[in-house]
Amino acid sequence: MSEKQHSHDLPFWRKYIFSLDHKVIGIQYGITGLLFLFFGFCLMMLMRWQLAYPGQPLPVIGNLFSERMMVGGIMLPEFYNQLGAMHGTIMVFLGVVPLAVGGFGNYLVPLQIGAPDMAFPKLNMMSYWVYFLGGVAMIASFFLPEGAAQSGWTSYPPLANIAASGQTVWLIGMVFLITSSLLGSINFIVTIVQLRAEGLSFFRLPFFVWAQFVTSFLLLLAFPPLEAAGVLQLMDRLAGTSFFMPSGLVVAGKALEVSGGGNPLLWQHLFWFLAHPEVYVLILPAMGIVAEVFATNTRKPIYGYKSMVCSVIFLGFMSFIVWAHHMFLTGMSAKMSSFFQITTMIISIPSVILLTALALSLWGGSIRFSTPMLFAIAFLPMFGIGGLTGLPLGLAASDIHLHDTYYVIGHFHYVVAPGTIFALFAGVYHWYPKVTGRKMSEILGKIHFFLSIVLINGVFMPMFILGLAGVSRRLYDQMQFAHAQPTQPLNVFMSVCAWLLGLAQIPFIINIFGSLIWGKKVDNNPWEATTLEWAAPSPPPHGNFDAVPEVYRGPYEYSVPGQKHDFWPQNMAKEN
Amino acid sequence: MSDNGIRYISKPHPVTGVTNSKLGIWCFLASEVMLFGGLFSAYVLLRASAPSWPHGSDLLNVPLATLNTLVLITSSVTMVMAWASLALKDFSKYKRYMAATILLALVFLAVKSVEYAHKFEHHHFPSTNTFYAIYFTLTGLHGLHVLGGVVVNTYFLFPGSALWKKDPEQFKGRIECAGLYWHFVDLVWIFLFPVLYLL
Repeated sequence: MSEKQHSHDLPFWRKYIFSLDHKVIGIQYGITGLLFLFFGFCLMMLMRWQLAYPGQPLPVIGNLFSERMMVGGIMLPEFYNQLGAMHGTIMVFLGVVPLAVGGFGNYLVPLQIGAPDMAFPKLNMMSYWVYFLGGVAMIASFFLPEGAAQSGWTSYPPLANIAASGQTVWLIGMVFLITSSLLGSINFIVTIVQLRAEGLSFFRLPFFVWAQFVTSFLLLLAFPPLEAAGVLQLMDRLAGTSFFMPSGLVVAGKALEVSGGGNPLLWQHLFWFLAHPEVYVLILPAMGIVAEVFATNTRKPIYGYKSMVCSVIFLGFMSFIVWAHHMFLTGMSAKMSSFFQITTMIISIPSVILLTALALSLWGGSIRFSTPMLFAIAFLPMFGIGGLTGLPLGLAASDIHLHDTYYVIGHFHYVVAPGTIFALFAGVYHWYPKVTGRKMSEILGKIHFFLSIVLINGVFMPMFILGLAGVSRRLYDQMQFAHAQPTQPLNVFMSVCAWLLGLAQIPFIINIFGSLIWGKKVDNNPWEATTLEWAAPSPPPHGNFDAVPEVYRGPYEYSVPGQKHDFWPQNMAKEN
Repeated sequence: MSDNGIRYISKPHPVTGVTNSKLGIWCFLASEVMLFGGLFSAYVLLRASAPSWPHGSDLLNVPLATLNTLVLITSSVTMVMAWASLALKDFSKYKRYMAATILLALVFLAVKSVEYAHKFEHHHFPSTNTFYAIYFTLTGLHGLHVLGGVVVNTYFLFPGSALWKKDPEQFKGRIECAGLYWHFVDLVWIFLFPVLYLL
């Protein structure tokens, strides 16, 4: 690694642990995010045993769990609920967002805009460590006497208010995570507005930077209401207030001793005011990655770059006024639900523009079917299925049947798992050479891709059938319900697919570590790409660029007629 | 300072016209607006759905709160004067105004704690009813923001002011950002006071 300036004289802990360099922090975020993704996936694989074989002892590892979790290897309902709540929380707040925004965003945004670092390096470091503490709090809550939070990732009161102490730790953990993304989002906005290289106007920014820019605004403005909600729920749990406790609440045959007068719907409004924009926090960076991978691997400009940018901005605005489509069943008035149905239908327009522009970008390209490109192409139909299955949920009439069933689970998992996570895999394979200076193995990458794409559809596609059959998303044992019994064989199928999907990640794990040793060494620009990060050495030194880059053109000047090469880097003054 | 090559730390960006920190503090304040906005909307929803809602002036001490309002507004004025003194390159005057700002903030917190103690004496707790719940939550969170301001301003009064000798432009920028935050805390109280005490 070629080190410049003063980074070589820093001690180990300053250089790799409490580092101020956006690249090191990006890698820290990335590794932590991947580990949490794997951990969250393990929780789900445990749940899938109970779902496939309800009430049967978990073989081999069942006895390793304590008496509060499994008795004789048979999972307790309380533990099942903990797994469910923590799977959702960990995947969203500790896995995908930190990887997509903290990892890819931190590493790439300064490089793609030609900046030496983020605008506030110390805030950046703090953001990571606050996130880390939040993660530690979440994991530690499993070791509480009554276990982790078990009220779902949505933590609806009044149940969450009266739940065991794990919920308090969950709330405190969330306050850490919210603070972390607040610090991060301020940093991104300021960096992108202030530190762009000479000549890099907003409409010359790579689409990935635009996606991160809009995402940062969503994090900045949507998270604080959840922090408010978290404070209120903490007050309810610790100070005995009744923000979310209605009067006359009876639990297990006993009237609760609270003052009452609160409103459980208040939580839902505040929660979904965050959690709907959060959906776009999950998806926009993924779209940014797909756009970059597409342009590089089709050797042509992204189709409709400006309409994509306008769509992503409009999407950001709209995402703040659709939240109550998660609440059609709360007895809201017809006027309210009409409003939110209309906004929900409107927000599908920019989403479709984005997806269509990406699909049209493939048209007429000389496509390189490299591993990152395969994952990125797979993103289109997977995200498409996720998006289209969302339409019936956005309309109150059909949502009444589908609400809180496995259909919803299938819908948002198609968006996030084979959608966003596949795009993140594409990003890992695409930028690994930049980060490490070596390429990942194509053979292992393709094994990883083809196994994953088949198996992940095996996990999520049957969920639509279960949901249409009316199976609720939170059942511990669906065999106890006559209407759900006929679909039980599908649960076995889904579980087997999920466990095999777990195994299918082994090639990826081998690849990511092994390529450090045996991967082919690369120069600055192994993919012959145009954006600024490829002008920096691989891996980039402290301060990123050998010379301060200047920008002369848009981000995707591929196959320009009259040029000798089929790519024309943004920072190249002369013809290429 | 910018040994890592980051630009616009003490000089504003020629196009946006602001330094990095100033843009950053405005972003932060935007998120704070959303935080208090969320809590205010909680207040509105609780009050709208309650069968009866007490008059704040019947339960809370309006004269003390009026005094506190004046104290906080005055502290905003001294904060501006502190920044203006730096613009006039009068460092000792800055120190006096900054000290006055911190002192006034402490007076505010002292009055607030007298109010709290009074409520607790009469067995009025957050758990008493939703009015007291939202009163204690909103004023408590605002109090924490005041305390945060005291910590930051004290830092800039003592150890942080060493920057004045090294880079006066950057130090002035920092005081301006601290001032923006302080005015925001003031502004929140300007909303809290009528909503909780008068309406």
